Amino acid sequence: MAPVEVDVERPKGDDDPGRRHPNTCPSCRSHYRDDELRHALRVCAQCGHHFPVGALERIDQIVDPGTFAEIGADLRAADPLAFVDLRPYTDRLLDAELQTGLGDALVAGTGRVVGRPTAIAVMDFAFMGGSMGSVMGERFCLAADAAVAEGIPLISVTASGGARMQENILALMQMAKTVGAVDQLREAGVPYISVLAHPTTGGVIASFASLGDIVIAEPNALLSFAGPRVVEQTTGEKTAPDFGRAESNLRLGQLDAVVPRRELKAELARLLFLFSPAEDEPTGDQGPVPLPEDATIAGESPVDRVLGRFGLGRRRG
Amino acid sequence: MVRVSDEVRRLRKRFEARAEESQVWEAVQLARHGDRPYTLDYAERLFSDAFELRGDRAFSDDEALITMLARYHGQTVVAIGHQKGRDLSERTRRMFGMPHPEGYRKAIRAVELAERFRYPILTFVDTPGAYPGVNAEERGQAGMIARSILAFCQVSVPVVCSVIGEGGSGGALAIAVGDRVLMQENAIYSVISPEGCAAILWKDSGQARKAAYAFRPTAGACLDLGVIDAIVEEPKGGAHEDADQAARLLDQAIRLALLEAEAIPAAERRAARRAKFRQMGVWGVADEDGADTL
Repeated sequence: MAPVEVDVERPKGDDDPGRRHPNTCPSCRSHYRDDELRHALRVCAQCGHHFPVGALERIDQIVDPGTFAEIGADLRAADPLAFVDLRPYTDRLLDAELQTGLGDALVAGTGRVVGRPTAIAVMDFAFMGGSMGSVMGERFCLAADAAVAEGIPLISVTASGGARMQENILALMQMAKTVGAVDQLREAGVPYISVLAHPTTGGVIASFASLGDIVIAEPNALLSFAGPRVVEQTTGEKTAPDFGRAESNLRLGQLDAVVPRRELKAELARLLFLFSPAEDEPTGDQGPVPLPEDATIAGESPVDRVLGRFGLGRRRG
Repeated sequence: MVRVSDEVRRLRKRFEARAEESQVWEAVQLARHGDRPYTLDYAERLFSDAFELRGDRAFSDDEALITMLARYHGQTVVAIGHQKGRDLSERTRRMFGMPHPEGYRKAIRAVELAERFRYPILTFVDTPGAYPGVNAEERGQAGMIARSILAFCQVSVPVVCSVIGEGGSGGALAIAVGDRVLMQENAIYSVISPEGCAAILWKDSGQARKAAYAFRPTAGACLDLGVIDAIVEEPKGGAHEDADQAARLLDQAIRLALLEAEAIPAAERRAARRAKFRQMGVWGVADEDGADTL
């Protein structure tokens, strides 16, 4: 007898990302109102899944309110090859701009992060898959220029499928151009912190995004040169479920840390502090801050969290 | 009613597009021709002596990318190039010219050696791309490509790069950042293979010919877009027809490019190279109404 397939739980196609509502968690299926999700930094309250974050919202999350000033806002992609695949490149650009309200897949500028002046470059995956073309390259360089000119650190947050094929060889050259900008930062002695969000692949991870003085990633972000599908199709190898994920990259020595989004701003602030000149230290000549008598025990206070990271615990009682 | 002149114009335009499409596709096929001279074929003809630098001093020796200390017209240079294989066993050993991270680590080692001794660097670019395997990923393929590009950005010695076959994506660019970049007339240089582009944008890798025509990976297009400095002529029918002649033509072009690169003061070379790549790209500026102008 032929088996009868019955599936009353879920209609077919429910797993199809195209049919799932963007505010429905793909891993636990919790559904959120948009304002709820925005308030939760687009992290699922039930399971901790990190939803994608647009560039402007990301800037709101990490830059102090009212301090962001955009650079290169008026740059728009041109179409040097008059490229047409199934649709003309110019149509795709127009759609992307209408859909995201952005001029391209990267927003650059300067602002303050917990009071410290910082140059910022943030990508938006919703704009043509965060692909890197001429405008992204130029905007990243403008952010690096600002960092060098003002002697302030640069923070980038990436989310990209790679180079923008519609600009072919010019898109490839943006890899050299942005790495040149990193070289400029290094020459000037300006710190560069690279935050890798899901997904950062192809030409972006193979250029500036990998070259941060500090490289940190969001949980479960896919970070690889070739995506799992390309690897399987070209080499016939099987990829593990954790292939290219942030946690495996940390284990394999490609990252400094995996930081949940809720802790990202605090972690960035801490790094900016560590990279700041010695005279910024308010308690520099007073020695370490003494612990209060009633300090809570391990796992509770920020001090314990830091000590815990070094495998140390504070004496109890 | 059909006006004959319009119809003729339409047909002629279609014919010209078809002809150009064939030309582009021919370059793709010549660039990948099995008898096309590879890095070692040129090294044999260009250098009076050469010693191969092997191994990345960390993991292994990647034979898809070779590095050499070589004598070129009376001076010592460091040569770096992808190397495909001629027969099946060599192709497998050399992974069809697709380096793993250790290949790029070896290239960085060679670049550092060149900088230490003030030797010019010559590179020969001929790869379908960096190897997209699980092991390569686990050992940090993306990061190593980025670091190799950075190493080429940072040196103060003259760097001349020649695209001699397939300039495939980041795996090619990793050793193609130089003061002068040359490209043989039938070589190709692109952000992705025509097959890969077709698979993603047309959702059908069989449309590679169409994709190649749309994104034009040819030397002519690269020169027009300001990505390369000069096109190097090949013997009639392609470099594989006469490797000696192809080597002579490439030699002339490299010598000239090297002279130009050497003319830049050493103290300014790093900034000049950075500036050269900084100006690459084409974009417009949106005016207040949101309309774009070039």
